[in-house]
Amino acid sequence: MSVRVLIRPREYHDSVRLMQLSERVRRESGVDEAILMMATANNKKILRASGMMTDAVDAAKADDLVVAVVASSDALAEAAIELATEQLTQRAAGAGASHTPRTLDSALALAPEANLAQISVPGMYASREARRALEKGLHVLLFSDNVGLEDELTLKQLARSKGLLLMGPDCGTSILNGVGLGFANAVRRGPVGIVGASGTGIQEITVLLERMGLGISQAIGTGGRDLKESIGGITMLMGLEILVADPQTELIILTSKPPAANVAQTVLACAARAGKPVLINFLGAQEADLTGLTGSKSQLHFATTLEQTALSASSLLGTGTSLPLLSPATIEARAGELATQLQPQQRFIRGLYAGGTLCFESLLYLQRELGQVNSNIAATADSLLTESDSSRGHTLLDMGDDAYTIGRAHPMIDPTLRMQRILQEAADPEVALLLLDVVLGYGAHADPATLLVETLREARQKAKREGRYLGVIVTICGTESDSQCLSRQAAVLQREDVLVATSNAEAARLAVAVIKTTTEMGE
Amino acid sequence: MPDTPTVELPQQLQVINIGLELFAETLREQQQTVLHVRWEPPAQGDPELLGMLDALL
Repeated sequence: MSVRVLIRPREYHDSVRLMQLSERVRRESGVDEAILMMATANNKKILRASGMMTDAVDAAKADDLVVAVVASSDALAEAAIELATEQLTQRAAGAGASHTPRTLDSALALAPEANLAQISVPGMYASREARRALEKGLHVLLFSDNVGLEDELTLKQLARSKGLLLMGPDCGTSILNGVGLGFANAVRRGPVGIVGASGTGIQEITVLLERMGLGISQAIGTGGRDLKESIGGITMLMGLEILVADPQTELIILTSKPPAANVAQTVLACAARAGKPVLINFLGAQEADLTGLTGSKSQLHFATTLEQTALSASSLLGTGTSLPLLSPATIEARAGELATQLQPQQRFIRGLYAGGTLCFESLLYLQRELGQVNSNIAATADSLLTESDSSRGHTLLDMGDDAYTIGRAHPMIDPTLRMQRILQEAADPEVALLLLDVVLGYGAHADPATLLVETLREARQKAKREGRYLGVIVTICGTESDSQCLSRQAAVLQREDVLVATSNAEAARLAVAVIKTTTEMGE
Repeated sequence: MPDTPTVELPQQLQVINIGLELFAETLREQQQTVLHVRWEPPAQGDPELLGMLDALL
């Protein structure tokens, strides 16, 4: 076993580039492990856990780059380091030569007509960059998370005072004038406008609408915390204002987890005055509570799931199209087929999600149908898991949650942690099935289904050696027009005996049906 | 609500991308004009230095 570490001082590359390079070095040099990372405190923990901690790594500073490989021989390790060095040097040289600006200010000197800054720097620097962009009169899409709540408020107040949109922090998705910002799917233009405090919530709604032939005018992300009491829905209200005034928008969808009560009140009051139909999708909120807040229904409509939101939109616009969802009888049948292959002790669902809102929606449904479900985003202390806890009972994990992404890229970009977790869950004899989301579109992996299949094969072989079948249910959030192509990705998974659902809600229904069937069989 | 300027989306997006080059690439894939900023932690990641830098700007 040969471990080689190279430190390149004061050389910065973004986390995605480094991840892509790591993957390439691993694949092309035949080493067991290759990690390229900035030597931040969190990354050092990861290096230590991977057996790559050396004195040099320990001494390295946060702006030093670490290249670490583990190989079966010195020769292989050396070759890997050489490849990494070559790639890094090429990259650094290329960028220097092409007058690429290094700051927002120098970029503005080159492009004074710029009107939007898309910012995805590490959280601790993000407020600073966003403030600068707003001061310079640009709208901002702030992808970065791990930004303080107080900063979010002052930035949003600044934005509002200048008539600018601050989408974020923690805004994964927007689609403006048909252009996908952050992670977004290839969808057509059309009459539906969306303002959403959840990236994958927006993605799921847009892809389901696309499936029904319905297009998007604008989809404005607000960031996950916009509807908290302290922020007061600043960006959602501005988004609503834009859609109300937009002649292309015939129907407005507002999607979020349930807002703070007084924020909900303000938002619903504005929505009621929109002068066009508004569909409210506050996941998990009860319609009665919401209409109580407005005092009347006016042109407000309500949907409790992302799937129902898309279906209601189609119905309200009178398009007459629907989704190819499975009937209850078919769900029973598919669940039955899966359940008969399980051992009696296999009783639990383990859900691993890249999409936070998809995880949240499934959590609500599973809790309602099955009782206790543990999660890192659970509302109650007895169901709450931290990122170092193992799963127990039914467990759904949002692997994009801040705790999992400090110093690492989001699971939609870097699938490593999730793949590791799949193997961990597969080793648990009480696990009946895995519930997973696969997200397609701009920014997503080029072929996530194939990558997932590699890990599932390993996971299932392991379970098989111990006499167990492992069920897998996947929801794919994507369209035919995405480069990964929805139907091709579905086919890859179906060939591997994976149940592929049309929507996140349907995947949850399938999972619940399996558990209920096994429970009945056990009785 | 205080009197604030109306918010309008630009007709044509002209984007500056700061951070992950991935997001500049996805915009280019969509034929969207984008200028990528090759961002690095300012002041070599030293928070004290960063504070001093901000005080100057």
